[in-house]
Amino acid sequence: MSATVDTALDNNTQSDHEHHGPAKGIARWLFTTNHKDIGSMYLWFSFAMFLLGGCMALTIRAELFQPGLQLIEPEFFNQMTTLHGLIMVFGAVMPAFVGLANWLIPMMVGAPDMALPRMNNWSFWILPFAFALLVSTLFMEGGAPNFGWTFYAPLSTTYAPDTVTYFIFGVHMMGVSSIMGAINVIATILNMRAPGMTLMKMPLFVWTWLITAFLLIAVMPVLAGVVTMMLMDVHFGTSFFNAAGGGDPVMFQHIFWFFGHPEVYIMILPAFGVVSQIIPTFSRKPLFGYHSMVYAVGSIAILSFIVWAHHMFTVGMPLFGELFFMYATMLIAVPTGVKVFNWIATMFRGSLTFEAPMLFSIAFVVLFTIGGFSGLMLAIAPSDFQYHDTYFVVAHFHYVLVPGAIFGIFAAVYYWLPKWCGNMYDEALAKWHFWLSFVGMNLAFFPMHFLGLAGMPRRIPDYALQFADFNSISTVGAFLFGATQLLFLYLVIKTIRSGEKATDQVWEGAEGLEWTIPSPAPYHTFSTPPEVK
Amino acid sequence: MRSRLVYRALSLLLSAIYAADVSAEYGLNMPRGVTEVSQSVYDLHMTIFWICVVIGVVVFGVMFYSIFKHRKSKGAVASQFHESTTVEVLWTIVPAIILVAMAWPATTTLIQMYDTSDSDVDIKVTGYQWKWRYEYLGEGVDFFSNLSTPKEEIYNTKAKNENYLLEVDNELVVPINKKIRFLITANDVIHSWWVPDFAVKKDAIPGFINESWTRIPEPGIYRGQCTELCGKDHGFMPVVVRAVEQEEYDAWLLAKQEEAKAAAELAKLTFTLEEQMKRGEEVYNTNCAACHQANGAGIPPAFPALKGSEIAVGPVEKHLEVVVNGVQGTAMQAYGSQLNDVDMAAVITYERNAWGNDTGDNISAKDIVEYKQK
Repeated sequence: MSATVDTALDNNTQSDHEHHGPAKGIARWLFTTNHKDIGSMYLWFSFAMFLLGGCMALTIRAELFQPGLQLIEPEFFNQMTTLHGLIMVFGAVMPAFVGLANWLIPMMVGAPDMALPRMNNWSFWILPFAFALLVSTLFMEGGAPNFGWTFYAPLSTTYAPDTVTYFIFGVHMMGVSSIMGAINVIATILNMRAPGMTLMKMPLFVWTWLITAFLLIAVMPVLAGVVTMMLMDVHFGTSFFNAAGGGDPVMFQHIFWFFGHPEVYIMILPAFGVVSQIIPTFSRKPLFGYHSMVYAVGSIAILSFIVWAHHMFTVGMPLFGELFFMYATMLIAVPTGVKVFNWIATMFRGSLTFEAPMLFSIAFVVLFTIGGFSGLMLAIAPSDFQYHDTYFVVAHFHYVLVPGAIFGIFAAVYYWLPKWCGNMYDEALAKWHFWLSFVGMNLAFFPMHFLGLAGMPRRIPDYALQFADFNSISTVGAFLFGATQLLFLYLVIKTIRSGEKATDQVWEGAEGLEWTIPSPAPYHTFSTPPEVK
Repeated sequence: MRSRLVYRALSLLLSAIYAADVSAEYGLNMPRGVTEVSQSVYDLHMTIFWICVVIGVVVFGVMFYSIFKHRKSKGAVASQFHESTTVEVLWTIVPAIILVAMAWPATTTLIQMYDTSDSDVDIKVTGYQWKWRYEYLGEGVDFFSNLSTPKEEIYNTKAKNENYLLEVDNELVVPINKKIRFLITANDVIHSWWVPDFAVKKDAIPGFINESWTRIPEPGIYRGQCTELCGKDHGFMPVVVRAVEQEEYDAWLLAKQEEAKAAAELAKLTFTLEEQMKRGEEVYNTNCAACHQANGAGIPPAFPALKGSEIAVGPVEKHLEVVVNGVQGTAMQAYGSQLNDVDMAAVITYERNAWGNDTGDNISAKDIVEYKQK
């Protein structure tokens, strides 16, 4: 591998820096400012968190396999649901997309690296410490945070375990990391595009990330603000969220969801971008409606700021508030629909093949749309009174996050892995990974729709007897899905170590600057900017 | 060997799906409920569901047509069209029209749900960790409703009954065909009061009073649960409503009022330590055991042990203070307003003498009254 890097370097770099290749040993990873190294670290970190959060999910599902308490106590169950949510959102999905951004954005816009390489290193290295802080609470007196990933006050303030302070500092660190990552992405995209790469020529992945980065900068400070107010309530005697002291527990929810709703788009927009790269490649046809795709992402991002209270239809808002948030939420279905229609129009009358990236992308479109449908149902405020805080909601957001965000990440890894490491992955194994994930995921999450409609509240460690069958099925599916991810790990390691050599273009229909450089991508690319026509 | 395994897995899966399918009681869909509101909510739910199904069939239909017809392996050659403003405008406008059509009935139903005026019966519902309190405003009836499923069923040492986790000691009793207004609040953290058959779900928020209402057309028992994570026993605080004819309701109300009077009478009597321990154990298991555990060991540090604790074997005054007024900033509630004086005396006596805490103290209802008056 190092031989390839060296020759590639000779071919590609005309710069006269003294240190071209990566440093040796651990120092390479600790001090690197190379976007590819940092991208890889983000992806590996994210996968580790994915497995850890997954183990917590399996603990939850194991307890819910049958009615009654068998394995764990309710107290610990709540710690598992809380950490599972936090780790998956902040540890698995978000870093994975930042990792993809690091690897791909410079290569896609023809830049030599990210705009702010040292900050890039720092924004990654904060993360392991943030999560060490968060996970260490499991071993402390009083146990880990147990108030759900939405940490509603006053359960998370007056009634919280002492470890809430560690949780707050953990969230602060994650926020700092995300904001720095976002600044870096914006600076890179706006300043370092190759000559001729106008905004409306950028690949959609770059567009979606640009918009995501603005969302991050807008809402992460809001999250930091709300946890700081919690910190004040817990330690300094303020009463922001304590009604007895003149505060307002509902205000917590407004502030949280002002962060929280754009956050869900932060987790899905880059996946939209990934799928918009992959579907045209394997349809051998240009993306349909590029311009409307860009406008749709922009509209979704703007609308995401005015729909937050649809998470709070049951808190007793005035009628007018309910109506406003209901209409605004329904409106989001329009640009989202446009995106789905455009993907399908791209496939229509193409010349389709079904390699792993395409399989994951097609599953993304179908299953994300199902999640979108249940989202539309949840937007209808009167019906939401029945759905709210039941397993229907759990089904909904797992349908947009698992086959949405996570399948998007899998698709991206299969699509660009040959470019990253120079070897083709094992297509047969990848198909196994896809089909087992697909079956496992649907088995795990589809029955949750039925459970929710039939009346099972979320976040309960034990349930009434009529919910028993679907819970068992769901648990079986969850274990199938979880075990399958070890196959993915094996497959990726195998591809890095060996495999058929990949060509520069890798995929027959692939277009874009990243496919013009050698596979594996040299340590430094585009030291002289390419010309984009 | 492998094929046999696959076969067995498949047949297991199929039988699971089949079992779910044949038995309606497993519930695949939202209940229609019994009230006018719940039925219009159900209709809304089904309308939007079918709209989604139709859109899904069309969209996925086109997609799967492409997947089967436009394969490279079948010799499909990609056409290169990639833009059409007409189509883009069309698939922006059409969904927007569908949404407006959907927003209309949703708005009318919501307005109906929000009209809490002209109620016949007003009931204040207060969420506590982890039970509900019901106060019939103006009637002098006020009681707590606790989960009545025994621990043995939860920990699988006894067979579970059919209403497992959906049963309480004191049901909320209401008359049929009357507009009942619920004033919903909480004492500690946020809870949420939900009865699916009425389509009533409202968050119970400390410091705020939310309103909701229902009018139940037929007698019956309706079950629901708390739907906002409220701590350890969130899954163990069900809601059970018994709707009855007006006469039965009046009789029940009267009986409840008598009961309160009888309890006040009881407070004048004195009991032996043995009688106190018996009553105290019952009160303890209903109100205290969820946190402090039946054996008094607690779940430290959040829920301290009572067995051998300074509070339980130390001065009586301090013990009374903790139980009557609660401990600020912890899950320990002020039980002074929750338990009557007889039960309060019994449970404190129990805590001071059970699990080897043999202090020998026998606290009477009179002591409680005196303490409260201080």
